[in-house]
Amino acid sequence: MARWGLRGTALLYLGLMIVLPTVVVVARGFGSGLSAFRDALTTPGAREAIILTVFLAAVTAVINVVFGTELAYVLVRYRFPGRRLLSTIVDIPFAIPTLVTGVMLRALYGPISPVGAFLGRHGIQVIFAQPGILLALLFVTLPLVVRTVQPVLLELDETEEEAARVLGASRWLTFRRVVFPKLRPGIVAGGLLAFARALGEFGAVVIVSGNIIGKTLTAPVLITQLINGGKPEDAAAVATLLFGLSFVLVLVTERLLPTGRKEAS
Amino acid sequence: MSAVRTPRLSGSARRLLVHGGFTAIAILYVGVLVVAPLIGIAWAALRSGLSTWTATLTQPDVVHAYVLTGIITAITVVVSTVLGVVVALVVARDRFPGRSLVSASVDLPLAVSPVIVGVMAVLLFGRGGWFEPWFAARGIQILFAVPSMVLVTIFICIPFVIREVVPVLQELGVSEEEAASTLGASSWQTFFRVTLKNIRWGLLYGIALTTARAIGEIGAVLIVSGSITGKTETATLYILRAFDQNQDASGYVVALTLALVSIALLVGIEVFKRREERELRT
Amino acid sequence: MSTPIRVEGLSKRFGDFEAVRGVTFTAEAGSITALLGPSGSGKSTVLRVIAGLDAPTSGRIWMGDEEQTFKTVQERRVGFVFQHYSLFRHMSVEQNIAFGLSVRKVPKHDQRKRVDELLELVQLSGFRDRYPDQLSGGQRQRVALARALAPRPKVLLLDEPFGALDARVRQDLRRWLDDLHRELGVTSLLVTHDQDEALELANRVVVMHEGSIEQVGSPNEIYNDPATAFVAGFVGSASVLHGHVVDGHVQFGEHRVGGAGHLEEGAEARAFVRPHDVRVFADDRASGSLEATVERITTLGWLSRVMLRLPDGQVITAELPNDELEGVDLGARVWVDLRRARAFQARDAVTIAEPARVVAEG
Repeated sequence: MARWGLRGTALLYLGLMIVLPTVVVVARGFGSGLSAFRDALTTPGAREAIILTVFLAAVTAVINVVFGTELAYVLVRYRFPGRRLLSTIVDIPFAIPTLVTGVMLRALYGPISPVGAFLGRHGIQVIFAQPGILLALLFVTLPLVVRTVQPVLLELDETEEEAARVLGASRWLTFRRVVFPKLRPGIVAGGLLAFARALGEFGAVVIVSGNIIGKTLTAPVLITQLINGGKPEDAAAVATLLFGLSFVLVLVTERLLPTGRKEAS
Repeated sequence: MSAVRTPRLSGSARRLLVHGGFTAIAILYVGVLVVAPLIGIAWAALRSGLSTWTATLTQPDVVHAYVLTGIITAITVVVSTVLGVVVALVVARDRFPGRSLVSASVDLPLAVSPVIVGVMAVLLFGRGGWFEPWFAARGIQILFAVPSMVLVTIFICIPFVIREVVPVLQELGVSEEEAASTLGASSWQTFFRVTLKNIRWGLLYGIALTTARAIGEIGAVLIVSGSITGKTETATLYILRAFDQNQDASGYVVALTLALVSIALLVGIEVFKRREERELRT
Repeated sequence: MSTPIRVEGLSKRFGDFEAVRGVTFTAEAGSITALLGPSGSGKSTVLRVIAGLDAPTSGRIWMGDEEQTFKTVQERRVGFVFQHYSLFRHMSVEQNIAFGLSVRKVPKHDQRKRVDELLELVQLSGFRDRYPDQLSGGQRQRVALARALAPRPKVLLLDEPFGALDARVRQDLRRWLDDLHRELGVTSLLVTHDQDEALELANRVVVMHEGSIEQVGSPNEIYNDPATAFVAGFVGSASVLHGHVVDGHVQFGEHRVGGAGHLEEGAEARAFVRPHDVRVFADDRASGSLEATVERITTLGWLSRVMLRLPDGQVITAELPNDELEGVDLGARVWVDLRRARAFQARDAVTIAEPARVVAEG
């Protein structure tokens, strides 16, 4: 009896909190017909925003896949003083409010800070420009990649690598042919998660980007502008697109690394 | 006569160099990306001086913003914990058709932009929304009021609890629960006396993550709240408005307080993790 | 105080897979009955169904006069000991043992007394405040037993209780369980794949294979009077000879061995012979004995295992004390007398899951 009570609640949760909102977004997004949907997506600001969002998310994913995997490897395989501290610092972006992240970047690279002023003199603009957005996205997605790759690394059987080295393989070769293939699903999953997260990031971006149409306006910020500007249908259209992308990414990631894998410390 | 070429560095010395190099890269990356901005905000907030601090923190709308954040967070944590544990039990233990669908859906709120969550709420509860007539008829306001803010925050935070509890449940297995049932314990007794005790670290960790996330929520609440100063403005919404209205100094102050709270939570999480490790090791 | 267990027509299906089919037996009050069989034989499933942890697809269960088939686990009041102890990891030894009592709201004072009683019974008196991760495997299992016994169950069910322990600890605990049972007299059902354990501990043995019962009997009967080829091959070691039934004997090549009177004339049959039932002579002293060649001799302590090849190519293993090896040398021609063989029709001779048990097969 208790089992059905539990199951019922879980299914109710699924229905009310997941299925229902999903359906409403898609229904309203396509509600005014496919052409209206296409129109909404191709209004000038919208196209640029979507392209910019996807582009920056992709760059973020690639950069953090490289550095995140490297970090994960260092944290798992090496021993050095401060390793624990490094691990904790990697988790900071998980805990800090995204808006505060944007504020921090603004503080560090804004015109009033020495760093920002220095960079400005050399013609590098970070705040209210794309580099700032990129830094924000990198900050926010770093732990996603590291904590996705780490458990995979931890579960690796080191004896296979030892066997390879005994057979004469160099460390690099061992990594390339024994370790990397095993890591690949984790790395890809981490990259996809980072991409999905970066696609939807709002708080960090809105403060740091200046939201300049066609230059630094991202899709999530555009959606809020549309809603606050009284155009819920257009907002729904862009949201549906973003949502569809995220949904597909979740499915693919779940296939690669199912829930239940405990995230490493 | 063949000459054996001796490398300039011995094997282990070279390896040390490689290790050192990799470690340095890692530290440098994290330093520039994560640590530097933290220093930045500390500097920006502290340089404004004590008077700005007191002025900001005693402002009525700031105080209200903190209180509202606290209330929403508290409700979210309670609901997320209870509902999260229920869903986790079903996902981890129960076998029924459609279970894998529930499992995959658990992660959805995590991958979806909070802005989209806000749009979902508007489409459901806003003017012309599917649920709007029902609530309007009863005079209950969801949108532009605290209820919608709580709802979206719960939606976004529940996965944290579920994701932390499910692996623990799976690793534990059902044998202790079965033993309890043979000894005469009812389902409730078994849950409270055996299951809950066994998942406590994972659950606490999930609760800590939920708290941090709820405090920091901005995208969804921005859309559903209408940002009505003094009524539906959370701490994060205040910060947004502060920068919009060129009151950067106040913005930095409140932002730093939130950062400190989050880091305190993070430290708490680390402590939980270490306790859990110690328990597992003995 | 203790009650008999009766099971009738028990079946359990998991999807397409029939784990248990048509199992019927009775365990008498106060006895230890072993459910013996290889992995996958369904024995653990039977135990769990009796406990109420799984529901049967069909069949009925009684303990004493009360039918248990539709009762919940909690209502059945059985004591259950799991293979991997399943102690509550966040409770002390005392809290573990007292659990069944505190759930039934027994007053604290009485709980404490009972826990003391049981700690003494399982010889762990100083351990009440320890936690499971501070105990060895053997100690944990004793705590598990104490925990199961604390609420005075009518019946004790043990699921391969010593399976996870070292051989030596297993021996000790086996002896100890024997003593305990003698003292307490609770009807016990013991699931095991270890035949030594079953033969040593049980009053009756239920041999199971692929979900069905092969034989029910005393350890003696199971060992010396196997009812089916499976039992003959699974319990104790045996050589298997293939042949045909001729005039109440199993004929293979030029030789034959008795014991096939109950089988169909002309049918294919298998004869099972225990190594210690094989007499080996260096000369042809008894008529009717078989000729064989010594192919291998392995000395194990005070006895030797001799592998003998018959003229038609089949192999028999004999076990002889070393002082009877006179003239039995490698490659020598010897004469073999099979004192006792059990014959079964060939279609009964199902493949035996543990080939090590069958010492030689032609």
